[in-house]
Amino acid sequence: MLGKLTLSAIPYDVPILVGTFIGVAVIGIAVLAAVTYFKKWGYLWREWLTTVDHKKLAIMYVILGLVMLVRGFADALMMRTQLALAYAGNPGYLPPHHYDQVFSAHGTIMIFFMAMVMMQALFNFVVPLQIGARDVAFPLINSISFYMTLVSAILINISLFIGEFSNVGWLGYPPISELQFNPGVGVDYYIWSVQISGIGTLLTGMNFLTTIIKLRAPGMKWMHIPVFTWTAFFACIMILTTFPVLTVSMALLALDRYVGMHFFTNDGGGSVMLYLNLIWSWGHPEVYILILPAFGVFSEIAATFSGKPLFGYATMVIATGIITFLGSLVWVHHFFTMGSGADVNTFFGIMTMFIAVPTGVKIFNWLFTMYKGRIRFEGPMHWIVGFMITFSIGGMTGVMMAMPAADWVVHNSLFLVAHFHNVIIGGVFFGYVAGLSYWFPKAFGFKMRDVWGKWAFRFWFVGFYLSFIPLYAVGLEGMTRRMNHYDNPNWHPWLLVACVGVFVLAAGVACQLIQFVLAAFDAVNKKPDALDLTGDNWGSGRTLEWSIPSPVPHYNFARLPVVRGLDTFHIEKELGRPAPVADLEPIHMPKYSAVGPVLGACGLLIGFALVWHIWWAVIVGLVVAFFTVVHRSANLDVDFYVTVEEIRADEEAFARRLAAAKAAE
Amino acid sequence: MSGNHTTSHEGENHGSYVSYIVGFVLAVVLTVASFAAVLSKAFSFWQTIAVLGVLAAVQMVVHLVFFLHMGVKSDSQRQNLAAFLVTALMVLIVIAGYLFVLWDAQANMMPG
Repeated sequence: MLGKLTLSAIPYDVPILVGTFIGVAVIGIAVLAAVTYFKKWGYLWREWLTTVDHKKLAIMYVILGLVMLVRGFADALMMRTQLALAYAGNPGYLPPHHYDQVFSAHGTIMIFFMAMVMMQALFNFVVPLQIGARDVAFPLINSISFYMTLVSAILINISLFIGEFSNVGWLGYPPISELQFNPGVGVDYYIWSVQISGIGTLLTGMNFLTTIIKLRAPGMKWMHIPVFTWTAFFACIMILTTFPVLTVSMALLALDRYVGMHFFTNDGGGSVMLYLNLIWSWGHPEVYILILPAFGVFSEIAATFSGKPLFGYATMVIATGIITFLGSLVWVHHFFTMGSGADVNTFFGIMTMFIAVPTGVKIFNWLFTMYKGRIRFEGPMHWIVGFMITFSIGGMTGVMMAMPAADWVVHNSLFLVAHFHNVIIGGVFFGYVAGLSYWFPKAFGFKMRDVWGKWAFRFWFVGFYLSFIPLYAVGLEGMTRRMNHYDNPNWHPWLLVACVGVFVLAAGVACQLIQFVLAAFDAVNKKPDALDLTGDNWGSGRTLEWSIPSPVPHYNFARLPVVRGLDTFHIEKELGRPAPVADLEPIHMPKYSAVGPVLGACGLLIGFALVWHIWWAVIVGLVVAFFTVVHRSANLDVDFYVTVEEIRADEEAFARRLAAAKAAE
Repeated sequence: MSGNHTTSHEGENHGSYVSYIVGFVLAVVLTVASFAAVLSKAFSFWQTIAVLGVLAAVQMVVHLVFFLHMGVKSDSQRQNLAAFLVTALMVLIVIAGYLFVLWDAQANMMPG
């Protein structure tokens, strides 16, 4: 009846997990009780859970991303403290089998459920507003994307308390991820949560590519598209070209484990090397999928806070395109040691080094954007300066490892771990956090307290160097990654410093959470100077999203903007906005739908049942999902019109706020 | 580019029940034919590979025409062409790349 699931799958004998479970349960019950007490279930369901509004989905993505950031960060804390303790005979507090799950969960969560989630949040919030669209091309599919991401994140967290998680690292390399060496459910949890979230990401990529191609405001030519949207465009292309490869490699691994096939086994004609090629020809473009939108965020911020147009817009777009192309030609640099000859390794090494060229172009473009600008060092600007320093260092160690001969020395060592944290924290994470604080007032209509954001940056910046520069050192001294305990006295001081660093990072995370809590506090108390009356919170916004009220009305644009060039809103500020020629018209919008949550529930049921071999539940989930889709396809009542009265009332309220803001000056 | 956001896409082929059913039947027939080609052992090894390749290519066309509505009436020929070129390039990179890498590894690591 319940497949492989028995009571013994629940790890009630592991104190860390029991404690975590009690903590999660208490918080969960408190949240549910609060929603019930304030009678908010109806509101939550009607306004949020069934929404197809890209702005609300973006906010839900951010919340999911922050929760998973805390989860993944807890794993990081555990690893660093374990390595500070587990020296010279001391086994530390994490036994190897548990430690293996911790680092696997850390990598999987931070990439798939923190970074990808934050990226989709930014796509959702920013892209339609920047191109002057009223929603994405397929709003319902957008909601389904979110639910696929959400339920796979839930699935990965269920693995904490029921069964176990994968213990083979974030990419599940065979043969150790094969059934022969890993008969437990850990790898299955990994496969299905990655697989389900991959569906969500693929749909997002398709959706936003279509949106950018088809739904741009009248007059917005290709070279009028804001840079963030350009980077989203190229990231979507990479999603569409490479995520199917991930889907296929996970599917083949699942076939090996579930029906005894031999794609990646040692025997039966399988090839482990094929898996390496498959997974990295997704995995390398994946890191560019993550970093390109961060580059886009930095481009927007650099221009806004320097009071100048972005230096070298066209080269920025071209460089992004070149990175997209080169990014799919470098996957072998992740396994130079696999056994290919010098010609293969040389080709991929040189291709890897080439990528430093367009990336360098971008760094200089941001520097020249700031050069002789009226720079204001507000919160978002801190992150970009920290990014340029940190990311350049990370890029240089990357070029070092692009040399196959050098890579043979540091392959699989903590040097590598330090390198990719250097570019992912210093690039991706800094970029997304900068984006969050940059667009927060647009999303909510009030500001966050900048001082907490600055402190968060300081802790993250210092904490990053304290945590990861020691890892470069021990990596060069030969410490391999994923090690549970060690005896080498040379490594110990470095790992103590890294442990201090991770607590500094924890202070940074705390500052960010405090910043959100205080922002909510200010909003509830309607603190006057926290309100964003004009919609152009930073005063120097250049792109369309700053031309509309904050928070943005659900239909985004009362009149579709007419785009006259790059940085339309800036042009309008300089030359004045043309008087609207046409009267307001009713706006055609999609209705909210319960299809997303229902399909999400089916996805969760199917994923969980597949992990535990509960076949009847898989069939139930598939049948319900099928009929939900059929029902939706036959449903013609999916849209409505926003009345002119509502739009006019919003517009007049916005005009009053603008007048009040002008009077206050 | 179309600035209006509506759910009615005039001028684009959205298919009918008949076209969906025709597409579905064709897809099923082609799938069954692929399995039959392998299971019946009617062909030699390389012939089977060739037959599967042809059936897969036809299957792709069926999906594109009947499910993705890529008809001749579509007014976005340039976008279709660009999408196909990018897809073809990526497939070429991946397949040629894998052959290059794995062939080389085979030559280096499997003496004899």
